[in-house]
Amino acid sequence: LWWAHSPPARFPRPPPADARGGPVGSCGRRAYAPPAERKRFYQNVSISQGEGGFEINLDHRKLKTPQAKLFTVPSEALAIAVATEWDSQKDTIKFYTMHLTTLCNTALDNPTQRNKTQLIRAAVKFLETDTVCYRVEEPPALAELQKNEWDPVVAWAEKRYNVTIGSSTSILGPNIPASTKETFVSHLASYNMWALQGIEFVITQLKSLILSMSLIDRHITVEKAVLLSRLEEEYQIRRWGNVEWAHDYDLCELRARTAAGTLFVHLCSESSTVKHKLLQD
Amino acid sequence: MAALGAPLRTLRALLRELRHAAGRSYRDSPAYRHVLEAFRAHRVTSEKLCRAQQELHFQAATYLCLLRSVREHEALHREYHGRGERSPQEVAGLVGFRLPQQPGGKG
Repeated sequence: LWWAHSPPARFPRPPPADARGGPVGSCGRRAYAPPAERKRFYQNVSISQGEGGFEINLDHRKLKTPQAKLFTVPSEALAIAVATEWDSQKDTIKFYTMHLTTLCNTALDNPTQRNKTQLIRAAVKFLETDTVCYRVEEPPALAELQKNEWDPVVAWAEKRYNVTIGSSTSILGPNIPASTKETFVSHLASYNMWALQGIEFVITQLKSLILSMSLIDRHITVEKAVLLSRLEEEYQIRRWGNVEWAHDYDLCELRARTAAGTLFVHLCSESSTVKHKLLQD
Repeated sequence: MAALGAPLRTLRALLRELRHAAGRSYRDSPAYRHVLEAFRAHRVTSEKLCRAQQELHFQAATYLCLLRSVREHEALHREYHGRGERSPQEVAGLVGFRLPQQPGGKG
């Protein structure tokens, strides 16, 4: 009798009206989610450099995360991109379009409270259910398409990381050897915490570790990665037709999130130093 | 290395996207200036395959993809999903009915 064992679900309380509209810790467990839309309440967006990094100013106010921490980012380019997101909002602030801001908030607040090891483990676990390793046997046209499009990426990953991955048509998926997983674990450990949040985000969007690494290593573009991730959908679209309000909508959203995640990873893990070469006569 | 095409094309498309995003004063926006500065700084190089140049081009292409997809997604959202719920009058009108008018209001 399920109702005897589990307590009835409590409806979450409506968010209190404050500047951030963030979660309130006192009313029990509440989802970590800001309100969907708000009126634009600032005129100018600017960047300033503080002790912890670069900060965003909305008029004279400093931007804060949903958990009320000061919003600081390590990279100036990232700060500029976030400021552009805020500045491009017209009458209402559409939080669901501000992917870089969301990623920065996640990195700063770490709402799932995972440490580096846990993030890496979550990322590498995806390899067991990696999209490009799961093949169909029919229809033969789709099986052929998967072979032609996905085999090169798997081969690239195997060569680049010196591992064995393979692919499988069984429902259990490919058998990934432990050494392969260890290689990826140690490779991902070389990224800092911020970049790892971004990597894990891209993996959950593309549903593939291999495609994500291929993207982050600049082997393929965002558009190509999204196409490969949605290969079966694209096949069905070509067969049965495109539905703009569903297919294109999802495509644009996936592209936006993946592009944001990739850019986030690169901006958080780069060290930009311009080396001036000596002019040789 | 990803197939990106000409850097100039990416740059122009990116600046166009920034113009859409910013509005009137797009040329003074930090993003516009930063992008132009970055492209200028990496232009002069004696190497044919400059790694930093390729990295910058990839970043620019990624940012372009982000701006373009966000804009297209918002446009699709506005067109197909932004209308909200229908009023009771509209719902009745869908099947050809009209809501009754009660003189003096309800109850």
